[in-house]
Amino acid sequence: MVTFTLNGETRQVDVEPDMPLLWVLRDELKMTGTKFGCGVAACGACTVHLNGEPVRSCQTWIEDVEGAEVTTIEGVDNKAAQAIQAAWVELQVPQCGYCQSGQIMQASALLIETPKPSDDDIDAAMESNLCRCASYARIRKAIHRAADIMEA
Amino acid sequence: MIAYLSNVLDAPRPSRRGFLKLSAGAVGGLLIGGMAPRSVAAADEDGSFAMPFVHITPENVVTVVSKHLDKGQGTATGLATLVAEELDADPAQITVEFAPADAEVYANTMFGLQGTGGSTAMANSFQQYREAGAAARAMLIAAAAEAWGVPPGEITVAAGTLSAGGNSATFGEMAKAAAGLAVPAEVTLKTPDQWVLIGKDMPRVDVPAKSAGAVGMYGMDVQPEGGLVAVTARCPCYGGVVASFDDAAARQMRGVVDVLQIPQGVVVIADNTWRAIQARDALEIEWDMAEAEARGTDALMEEYTALLDQPGNTAIDRGDSEANLANATAVVEADYAFPYLAHATMEPLNITVLYDGETAEFWTGSQIQTLDHNVGAAVLELDPSKVQIHTKWGGGSFGRRATADSHLVAEAAMIGSAYLASQGEARPIKLVYTREDDLHGRYYRPLHLHRVKAGVDAEGRITGWQHRVVGQGIMIGTAFESFTVKDGVDHSSVEGASDTTYDLPHLVLDTHHPSVGTPVLWWRAVGHTHTAYVMETMMDELAEAAGQDPVAFRLAHLKNDPRLAGVLTLAAEKAGWDQPAAEGIHRGVAVHKSFNSYVAEVAEVRMRDDGTVKVERVVCGVDCGVAINPDNIKAQIEGGLGYGLSGILREEITLTGGEVDQFNYPDYTPLRITDMPEVEVHIVASAEAPTGIGEPGTPPIGPAVANAVAKATGQRIRSLPFTKHGLA
Ligand code: FES
Ligand code: FES
Repeated sequence: MVTFTLNGETRQVDVEPDMPLLWVLRDELKMTGTKFGCGVAACGACTVHLNGEPVRSCQTWIEDVEGAEVTTIEGVDNKAAQAIQAAWVELQVPQCGYCQSGQIMQASALLIETPKPSDDDIDAAMESNLCRCASYARIRKAIHRAADIMEA
Repeated sequence: MIAYLSNVLDAPRPSRRGFLKLSAGAVGGLLIGGMAPRSVAAADEDGSFAMPFVHITPENVVTVVSKHLDKGQGTATGLATLVAEELDADPAQITVEFAPADAEVYANTMFGLQGTGGSTAMANSFQQYREAGAAARAMLIAAAAEAWGVPPGEITVAAGTLSAGGNSATFGEMAKAAAGLAVPAEVTLKTPDQWVLIGKDMPRVDVPAKSAGAVGMYGMDVQPEGGLVAVTARCPCYGGVVASFDDAAARQMRGVVDVLQIPQGVVVIADNTWRAIQARDALEIEWDMAEAEARGTDALMEEYTALLDQPGNTAIDRGDSEANLANATAVVEADYAFPYLAHATMEPLNITVLYDGETAEFWTGSQIQTLDHNVGAAVLELDPSKVQIHTKWGGGSFGRRATADSHLVAEAAMIGSAYLASQGEARPIKLVYTREDDLHGRYYRPLHLHRVKAGVDAEGRITGWQHRVVGQGIMIGTAFESFTVKDGVDHSSVEGASDTTYDLPHLVLDTHHPSVGTPVLWWRAVGHTHTAYVMETMMDELAEAAGQDPVAFRLAHLKNDPRLAGVLTLAAEKAGWDQPAAEGIHRGVAVHKSFNSYVAEVAEVRMRDDGTVKVERVVCGVDCGVAINPDNIKAQIEGGLGYGLSGILREEITLTGGEVDQFNYPDYTPLRITDMPEVEVHIVASAEAPTGIGEPGTPPIGPAVANAVAKATGQRIRSLPFTKHGLA
């Protein structure tokens, strides 16, 4: 039995210790906001916050989540995430949208670390998140826009 | 396995005429809002107004029923815009739902079956969905006129409100009354100067939800009560079948419900995706490879290269290229090689099936609903009326969800059937492809070789052009063969070359389509992904041979295609082509027509210290007829050229002894943010019927970048991807 905090609520799951957090979220808890893209930490679609840090939930064993705080796209609501989500809508970032939960989780973590990121900061933080629709030009603009929203 | 295919072939076929008809202007106008053959609107029990394309609830929600799959290209918003425009609805009251599979009502008017592809969604719907909106508006007005006792002509409609004198009502308040009225036989559409939504940037209907987790939107997110997950172990060589297997270990594993054999392989059914994958790894399977495709890409390259020396089937032969090449002052000869490519949609393929022996339902990002419907029914030997297709938002497609054999539905149907037989109960089962399954799943953009010999004379005119193409025909051997294969030439291998509008009076192009077991498929922009590369890099080489500017040289050969010349001129002007490029920047240009849209791209590249190329900026000129939603057009050009750039830089599927060498994103590497250029899109104002936008941004980017690299390094890149040459 693993106990952790998910989006502010205590959750207990009885699964194999090496089940990835991704599949606990999606298949055990039926929370589908966190997406499956590759399963090998190569695309970022499954990004969640673990104690505030962006991690790939497909490569995070549930046993390592014991006692931790997990935030998913369904629950993220800090100032950075709100600004990111507002900028995402304003600049119409998503196309198919499948990567965007992960992009938003990654980008909001970046803004908490670095409230005014440069293009290089954005490259470094977002390189791990694939978008097959290549919405990258808008992702970049929207992160800058979100930084402005946060500052205002 | 094959039985279902012959049933599909017996199923209603799209008309040849319908499939080939490309002019949007000729489409529609026969059915008012697609109401025939159901010529009356129906009132739902709850008092809703329900026509095939438009529903209005008493709560004042207008639902536009999308006959098309939206897999990111913005079609749902486009269709909503067309209806809202003629209905004079408030965009805020509009939602979109996907239509059920019903080819009689929801056929793509260019295909004759219900399906999305070839960048036709807006083109084939432009008349139909506007008429649907106009018809609904007329009925709402008629209902209000009756209720208020005023002539219909006195009623005005704006932003979702009907009013006349002191009376006003929402659509919702008139929905029930309108539903009981006759559908008008004719409607008058607005003239372009009356448009308030078409031509404006319309925020997409799906973006808010997709910025909040897109919870439950995709097929992958289908999580029904009591649902199970299936993963299939398939033969590593395409065409191999199970000889024997041992599932003892797998069956012992936690959560495993069953292990089933179907023609496609061995299926593990479990209560959780991860558990299903783990148990699949524990299977021991012996494969019978007798019928498997065992050739690797090296063997294919050898065979294809030999064919480059052999005359093929003629796609076009005009003038006398041989004699005129002899008169050239400079001749360029080049061989090109394009690899197999995977679509690699971010959402791996998946489908959920529920089959109880008498009825079947499927949930998936269905792209050709009619085929999916027919195949599901054929495999399960059900009447099509007993089969439902629930279309989910697609997490990308780029062509991958549209297969002539509906193999995903077929596999799911067989799993549903095998599970019912084994367990004696019906449960929803989601068949999931892992990323490895997806990349190994074939249906690739086919490997192609090209050989071109072309020459210019002293005046800089192209004298003759000889062109040979070798590659698997996408449509050959499929239910679509008769639509695009003529005299042994599959048009999808030569489109963009045999029909070039460059002034080439002496042109010969022939093809070989070798038979290879590996299934191939359209990959965003299909044949144009390689033909545009060849045409536009060759045009650049010929311009150089003629000592001319690449833009001027192209324009001199585009006298018969003013729209193509127009976008080229626009892009060149906006990119400052006549001015010297900034320090360290090298420019290349390409222009290409595909899916009836015209796109020119000027790429500005910089060579990094390590010899790799960085595309810094791309300036685009686009003519796609009426620009229904300019911001979405820009997004599609940005994404389309990003997809094309991805394809030329690092993407390649190779096979060794019939097995695919790439497994996951670490070894099949799509574009990342670090390689994405800035993109500037300029749209030509046009009153022509709207044409495609999902694909036309893709073809020009490869040659534009290659031409810029040639400027920078003197190197002409004729085999892809760029990684082969240390450029990426
Ligand atoms: S699914 Fe976790 S990184 Fe791709
Ligand atoms: S929006 Fe489709 S993968 Fe990013």
